[in-house]
Amino acid sequence: MARAEAPETAQDPTAAAGAAIEVPPELVAQSLGEWSRAWLTRIRSGDSGVLPVILALLIITIVFQAISPNHVFLSAVNLVYLFQQSAVFMVLAMGEIFVILLGEIDLSIGYAGGVGAAVTIQLVQPATAKWPWWAAIIAGLAVCVVIGAVQGSLVTRLRLSSLIVTLAGLLIWQGTMLIILGLAFSGYPSLAGLDSNRQVLYNLMNGTIDPVISWIGAAIVVIAIGALLWFGDNRRRRSGLTAPPVSLTVIKIALIAIVAIAVVAICNVNRAAFGTLAGVPWVIPIVLGVFFAWMMVLQRTKFGRYVYAIGGNPEAARRAGINLAAVRTLCFVICTFTAGIGLLLYASYLGGMSGNVNGGQLVLYAIASVVLAGTSLFGGRGKVIHGILGGLVIGGIYNGMGLLGLDVRWQFIVTGLVLLVAITIDSLSRRSATSGSAARV
Amino acid sequence: MGQVIKDSPMGEPRFKARGVDKHFGPVQALTQVDLDLYAGQVTALCGDNGAGKSVLTKCIAGIYEIDHGQFFWEGNPIHVRSPRDAARLGIETVYQDLALADNLDIVQNMFLGRERLRTGLLNEDDMERAASKTLADLRVTTVRSIRQPVASLSGGQRQSVAVAKAVMWNSKLVMLDEPTAALGVVQTKQVLDLVRRLRDRGLAVMVISHNLNDVFEVADRIAVVHLGRMVTQGRASDFDRQSVVDYMTTGASSRSGQQVSSEVPKSGPR
Repeated sequence: MARAEAPETAQDPTAAAGAAIEVPPELVAQSLGEWSRAWLTRIRSGDSGVLPVILALLIITIVFQAISPNHVFLSAVNLVYLFQQSAVFMVLAMGEIFVILLGEIDLSIGYAGGVGAAVTIQLVQPATAKWPWWAAIIAGLAVCVVIGAVQGSLVTRLRLSSLIVTLAGLLIWQGTMLIILGLAFSGYPSLAGLDSNRQVLYNLMNGTIDPVISWIGAAIVVIAIGALLWFGDNRRRRSGLTAPPVSLTVIKIALIAIVAIAVVAICNVNRAAFGTLAGVPWVIPIVLGVFFAWMMVLQRTKFGRYVYAIGGNPEAARRAGINLAAVRTLCFVICTFTAGIGLLLYASYLGGMSGNVNGGQLVLYAIASVVLAGTSLFGGRGKVIHGILGGLVIGGIYNGMGLLGLDVRWQFIVTGLVLLVAITIDSLSRRSATSGSAARV
Repeated sequence: MGQVIKDSPMGEPRFKARGVDKHFGPVQALTQVDLDLYAGQVTALCGDNGAGKSVLTKCIAGIYEIDHGQFFWEGNPIHVRSPRDAARLGIETVYQDLALADNLDIVQNMFLGRERLRTGLLNEDDMERAASKTLADLRVTTVRSIRQPVASLSGGQRQSVAVAKAVMWNSKLVMLDEPTAALGVVQTKQVLDLVRRLRDRGLAVMVISHNLNDVFEVADRIAVVHLGRMVTQGRASDFDRQSVVDYMTTGASSRSGQQVSSEVPKSGPR
């Protein structure tokens, strides 16, 4: 009904020309050709979205494939291993993004999540607590929620700096984690053992889904997401609302299908030297679950909208009647809760929890992941997918350096350099985009 | 320009303030202020810096509570204690800094804090349709897409979006704080046209402005505050530039001979 009078049709040619570079191309393009031209213009003007991080991933892949011994970087064994290594960074990054979108920061999540994971692991030790795995997980995550709520309240109600509050948290929770790990439950809190209870936790990272079920699951996911995209875009096109051209919707769905097929195909290769080890590791659906849940929260709920609004202009949010303190606190809670999941995966990866877990380094990698993928530390700009892509870059460097036999000293240096290069490119390209207020970093 | 001015406002003003006092500590910001705002009329609130324009506006918007005096809404006494109270009555304010989130698009900004939901999730289709309709009604047609981020809009477009956001909610009184400050000639014209369209839709409009060009361009009525007192208010045609300047700077004018609340038509040369 509003099609005829919809204001998308620019009537002031000068205004349209001025705005053209900054308008996301998917909004105005009627055909794929127009869309790609607008997209190229936008990239040239400095707003390149996730393109740099995708390029970084490609470069990492090509370089390490070329120089790794026997070119093992792209082997199925290594790719699955790489994903498992990256999973912890990804999940932590997807939590951190909630706080970063506000323009705040949370340095504590490595150890806050570590406290949660330590609680979980201690509670499943057969010699002492003997809790069922699911109850132990709930308890561990509940601890994380409480930690997030305390830190979030200190930041929002007492208006303390989040940097300082979570820096204190980093120390406090490291100590707490060590105390919990040192409790005389059963000596070294390990996930090794044949009892099925601990096996479940061990399998979070290391277990695999049967290859046939992997295919069926992937098919269901692709069909569901495809249908949502297709019918959603179609409905919007029919009612004359802003929608991408049909061909773009098709390309998006095809890309998702290709990624899904590639992932399952790689995972279903037998990765064992002797015997059989094939199928999608559990950690992939777990990471996708976190991704999908948080993406829905940020893009499709009021709360998510308020997070962006507060990050963009807190005063506007306040005048719109938004309860800033509640939204901010909840972001800290979600962040620490997600970190609890991340550290649980890390414990599963390590086969137990030890005092050597470096939560300080994990949180810095998580922050590096989101920033390197294009999320702004000043708040208001960023997406959950940045956590996945950035986590893959960090995990890729980590993995590739390991393949080359370079030790942790070089991993630190290279990761730091990549982060510097990434934000320099991002910042410079944005600065060259002359567009006034749009050029905020 | 726009000589559709209904010269004598009929009946009860939509909003009335009587004997309003407001002080901040020892500073008396408003003293015994009366103000009438009529439906279908643009009232310009003029005054020098620090005269009390903003304080008065913020009192009406519910940001400050008044110390003494009474507000009336369509003849009934009301108490406005919070912005929520004001919004419930249909009073909306467009502040000078516009309160738009740069990183959100036009639709998201227009519905900020009042999102429409479907099964707990944001109903984007519905919101986009409604926003699109409001902008079309107000003939804000220069934006390329209502899904573009506000950061990419020009000053005039941003002002238009802020105004559209304010009138979306069946508002009955819209107060605009310096709507043309920092705008170019073309954009100023766009915004003033928009102000006229609000009036033509039957809203009571109050424009706070320093700019006498704008004031005489759109205002049906003019009210001048000086040192926290309302020194004059009446039909715009009863004033000329010099008399308004006199009122703004000295609180009185010898030119048109007008006194406080005097409604005697005695139009000066325009």
